[in-house]
Amino acid sequence: MSKLKYALFTGCTAKQSTPELLSSTLAVAEKLGIEITILEEASCCGASHLQDFDEFLAHVLNARNICYAEKLGLTMITICNTCQLNSAMTKHALDNDPELKARVNEKLAEVGLEYKGTSEIKHFLYCLIDEYGLDNIKDKVKVPLSQFNIAPFYGCHNIRPSELHHDANGGENPYNPTSLDQLIEALEGHPVDYDHKNKCCGFHVELQANHTSEVLAGNAMVDAIDNNADLMVTPCPLCHLKMDTYQDDIGHVIGRDVELPVLHMPQMVALALGCTEEEIGLNFHVQKATHLYTETA
Amino acid sequence: MSTHTEEYEPFNTDEIEHSRPDTVKVTLKTFRFNAETDYLPYYKHYEMEVGKDELMLDLLNRIKWEHDGSFSYRRSCRHGICGACGIKVNGRATLACKQNALELVALFGNELIIEPQSKKRAVKDMIIDKKDFWDKHAQVKPYVVTEVDPHPETESKQSIEEFNKFLDSDLCIQCGNCHYACPVVEVNEDYLGPAAFNAAYRFTVDTRDEAGRERLELTAQMGPGVWDCVKCFECAEACPKEINPIEKITKLHNMQFEQKVAVSNVATRHAEGFVRSIKKHGFLDEADIVIYSEGYLGMYKHLKTAIKMLKAGKIHFSDSLPFVDNVPKSKNLDEIQKLIEISMTNKL
Repeated sequence: MSKLKYALFTGCTAKQSTPELLSSTLAVAEKLGIEITILEEASCCGASHLQDFDEFLAHVLNARNICYAEKLGLTMITICNTCQLNSAMTKHALDNDPELKARVNEKLAEVGLEYKGTSEIKHFLYCLIDEYGLDNIKDKVKVPLSQFNIAPFYGCHNIRPSELHHDANGGENPYNPTSLDQLIEALEGHPVDYDHKNKCCGFHVELQANHTSEVLAGNAMVDAIDNNADLMVTPCPLCHLKMDTYQDDIGHVIGRDVELPVLHMPQMVALALGCTEEEIGLNFHVQKATHLYTETA
Repeated sequence: MSTHTEEYEPFNTDEIEHSRPDTVKVTLKTFRFNAETDYLPYYKHYEMEVGKDELMLDLLNRIKWEHDGSFSYRRSCRHGICGACGIKVNGRATLACKQNALELVALFGNELIIEPQSKKRAVKDMIIDKKDFWDKHAQVKPYVVTEVDPHPETESKQSIEEFNKFLDSDLCIQCGNCHYACPVVEVNEDYLGPAAFNAAYRFTVDTRDEAGRERLELTAQMGPGVWDCVKCFECAEACPKEINPIEKITKLHNMQFEQKVAVSNVATRHAEGFVRSIKKHGFLDEADIVIYSEGYLGMYKHLKTAIKMLKAGKIHFSDSLPFVDNVPKSKNLDEIQKLIEISMTNKL
């Protein structure tokens, strides 16, 4: 296999509240021999909130990010479902609407850039599965996760709207996604089957509709717990933040104790590949998760 | 509930189309409930050989005609216009008269779980009480509001450009699939829901209509309005007419700012606050956006969480005090600032 090379759009959370996401992603890439160039020029994707305020501005900023991946001639990879969604939405809009593309390029020209549409945009999860390959990952497992029941939590923005993810991003059936389940199996863990694995965590209304947010997160978490999950894993740091940081509040709203470690997808892979404790960064979790490293080490 | 496929395969209905056998033995695990006589709902299993051209509506008919005449469901036009036959199959919102059955077998396996759009609103089998849907739909005034001359001498014409503003919103058949796929509708009983928002958009952009501002004010309210949308895209996936309701939700958000209907509150400041952060850092300042959205007084709600995040190292002391400008900055930040300056169209 020729060496895989990607331009990484880290997103904001990996640079701030979830440093463990960035360190585990880079550690996994190194173990697998994947070459990563971080797009240091990139800005925030708007997280769908800037889009609510000013959709055109959001397209301009996302197109600028993609320009830098195009300059490197690389696929732009994301480690956040919402970054993936908003970058891919801009790409989809610009590639299908020449008039919008021209308007955006008129702005980009002012800073010496041009959006061409030559780079694909893909979440790291689907790089691992579709490009690196599950069998190749299996060969690299040093620490099988066979003692864990792992609940895959897919996160909305990698699976819906499905038309956006067909071409470059996994193309999952949003009603029956399988990628994370298969990744868990490749690492010799036991995927937990539960109804809420493809549902919403409520992160995006945490501030303005707190009750809705806690109920949605709670529904998913107790479903995983009731199906005997030891931990949950998600490719989205926003799902992670919602479900890791707010377990007390979630439990309070739904009237039950909610205690479940929630790992980022690359942390789970890093654990199985035998990366260091520091790289995996379980100490950055609010819900205690460091025991997962000591139990496997 | 879901079945596992052995190999990871991209979801592509075209491939399913070509590889389909002529008939397949299918079990229909079917939700049964009569609100007048049953204490609890139950599921009955019906087995049948399903042909490649049969629609889900054909299977519902066969349950009724070949197995149990009391089985109840709504149906009328049989060609995707009346919106009566919305159901869920393995959790997927489906218009029974439009959906090929074996396509769903290819997605979900040989057991199809047939359920009403909303189990808690079930009256009899697939028939639900759609009162909440119709009430909310009516609230947005889903019609052109204007003074009409009873004896017009010319037509009230719409140009192609004016018509194109509707996007796909005019195709809605009020089946309720998006409404009952929306997780917020299930949790927040005031929430108007994606179908009502789609209709609000449709008539607000109609150049003959005069109730646009009223609709924008209604959909700007916290609770019923668009700010409670969780952005899950379930509605976009659920629509049998391939309307994208969440696209209209974003348009309504933008129009609230454009037409100065948006008032300063936690949700609007949160949306607008992204510009403030990006201008300063390129990235979002995660602590600042919460403080800016909530205001200093509103921060008391987040103190407990902030302390937990500090303890876990999620809020950093790295270069300076937490909350004080210690966000990493994007390279070539001047480009970002210039683009904001020349591209921004809205103000709060």
